Amino acid sequence: MGFPYPSDPRETVLLSKYFGDAGARSYTGWTERGGYEGVKTALGMAPEAVVEEMKASGLRGRGGAGFPTGLKWSLMPKKADKPHYLVCNADESEPGTFKDREIMRWTPHALIEGCLIAAHAIRAERIYIYIRGEYTEPLAIMERAVAEAYANGAAGENVFGSGTRIDVTLHRGAGAYICGEETAMLNSLEGKRGNPRIKPPYPAQAGVFGLPTTINNVETLAAVPHIMVRGAAWYKSLSLSNPKSTGTKLISVCGHVARPGNYEVTMGTPMRELIYDMCGGMRPGRTLKAVIPGGSSVPIMNAEEADRCLLDYEGVVAAGSMLGSAGMIVMDDSTDMVRAIWRLAKFYAHESCAQCTQCREGTAWTTKILERILAGLGKESDLQLLLDLSENMTGKTICVLSDSCAAPIVSGIQKFRGEFDAYLAKARTPAMATA
Amino acid sequence: MSLKSEQTSAHGGVPETTAPYQPVFVGAARAELERLRPSYPTMQALLLPALWIIQRERGWISEAAMAEAGEVLKLTPAYVKGVVTFYTMYHTHPVGRHFIQVCTTSPCSICGSEETLAAILRYTGCGELGATSSDGRFTVIEVECLGACGFVTPIMVDDDFIESVTPERVPDILARYP
Ligand SMILES: Cc1cc2nc3c(=O)[nH]c(=O)nc-3n(C[C@H](O)[C@H](O)[C@H](O)COP(=O)(O)O)c2cc1C
Ligand code: SF4
Ligand code: FES
Repeated sequence: MGFPYPSDPRETVLLSKYFGDAGARSYTGWTERGGYEGVKTALGMAPEAVVEEMKASGLRGRGGAGFPTGLKWSLMPKKADKPHYLVCNADESEPGTFKDREIMRWTPHALIEGCLIAAHAIRAERIYIYIRGEYTEPLAIMERAVAEAYANGAAGENVFGSGTRIDVTLHRGAGAYICGEETAMLNSLEGKRGNPRIKPPYPAQAGVFGLPTTINNVETLAAVPHIMVRGAAWYKSLSLSNPKSTGTKLISVCGHVARPGNYEVTMGTPMRELIYDMCGGMRPGRTLKAVIPGGSSVPIMNAEEADRCLLDYEGVVAAGSMLGSAGMIVMDDSTDMVRAIWRLAKFYAHESCAQCTQCREGTAWTTKILERILAGLGKESDLQLLLDLSENMTGKTICVLSDSCAAPIVSGIQKFRGEFDAYLAKARTPAMATA
Repeated sequence: MSLKSEQTSAHGGVPETTAPYQPVFVGAARAELERLRPSYPTMQALLLPALWIIQRERGWISEAAMAEAGEVLKLTPAYVKGVVTFYTMYHTHPVGRHFIQVCTTSPCSICGSEETLAAILRYTGCGELGATSSDGRFTVIEVECLGACGFVTPIMVDDDFIESVTPERVPDILARYP
């Protein structure tokens, strides 16, 4: 559903079916709507069999990287001779992305159920759900839902009479985009600064508290109960273009469309259909200029690329970007691209954890250069300098925040060069130069 | 428990009064922290929850409070300070009675969030970002993506999350925060 708008017939509503329906929030309301059946099925199966089901479904991580979920679970040690953990990534801070919030606000039990199934599959005794500090309302709703889950025997020492103990702990973040990076999140959970860790070791070997850990995004986990109930083959059949992209995807659409919001589409749906049919097109009298399709960390697309883009992992790559978290930022012809890119660079400069030189210096320096270009004080050599710095910021750091800052800068200069040149031309005029 | 005095003036100036430090983790707050203990295998992991409790009780996190958190969780004050300053939501200085956060990251910025921010600064009389209004009522800051980019402008007033704020709506909304 394009919450807060009514659902569009062209959507495939699975995770978003009950967005806007407050009755779905309670334990009873949720079970009345078929909830908690998937976990009961899973508990009756061996953990390996649940993992195989996930592999067969083709489900891939919705947090940004698109890593196959079943494969990720299979990397956990088979024996639980020491505690295993599941960490649910509810830090959602990628500019353009606001889907996990709706899942927690409207269907908290769907998330809890998905977490329980995952915990059973990886033999985890405890689930940590790490929620960004600003999400006060989702946190309050999740708190109530967790208490209800305990009260109804869905969590705790004997989950649905299976003899399995699984505990659920909500953990509130405190304002830091970088804590969405999985190893930074583990450090933050441990009561440390949220600095990403050098890998290996990978979390499946040494995760939170040095113990085997799987980290999954909210939307990934919320999809899991549907697969348990309706089967991997059914889930895999939800695919319009490439068999490696299956299921539905919540797309958060923001920016200059008539109806921004969350839309749930089958993998492979044309972006054009989403923007013009479901979101009501551009604002009156405006035309599409650019789209950042995967949250702010991916390359910017121009209108031509957006027009031929299919919304799945492969389709967005073929159109010159990445699906990422599927937070789609839509910009019309009124947008000053240089300014929009500067504001993104400023975001990354603010959010860099400052461990790596290329990132700490690169994000701050590129922001400054863009600032002076905007002020009409740019130099001809500035664009090359931006590209050189971006090159240095890509593929050389502990995590990819640094690369994420470079992506919109490089693609912006490539695809919207004229706008940069116009600012530089202004700088060359004598009146500006002496001002 | 150390009884270092707590600085009560704003923004690191000379303390106006030096009342003896009253510990946070006694009574109900202490019990709240104890209840969280079994959820984590280490004491250190209780640091973020403990800091949230301090901020709820005191409005901000002073050096003395950091020392107390350290003492309770067996961490050095320097370590605690290192963690507190990493996270943007913990206040290391007193703030106004109502703390306002306004998103101006690109998705909001291209839809006009800066005008809303300007209207908020005007209404509150704060003058500039990060400053507290002279009546002590408001502090306003600009923040990065609040995760509600489809509903421009999202703002937070204390723990309230408010969406689709426009310059015209500012007076009505903020009137609710005396
Ligand atoms: C800088 C940075 C920020 C990230 N922020 C988030 C986030 O807010 N939420 C999220 O689920 N994943 C985020 N990720 C991706 C996580 O590291 C991780 O890949 C993901 O949570 C794994 O879950 P999945 O396999 O279910 O997608 C971020 C990654 C990076 C590098
Ligand atoms: S790339 Fe940036 S955010 Fe990531 S670890 Fe290095 S300094 Fe920190
Ligand atoms: S950019 Fe403002 S809420 Fe995301």
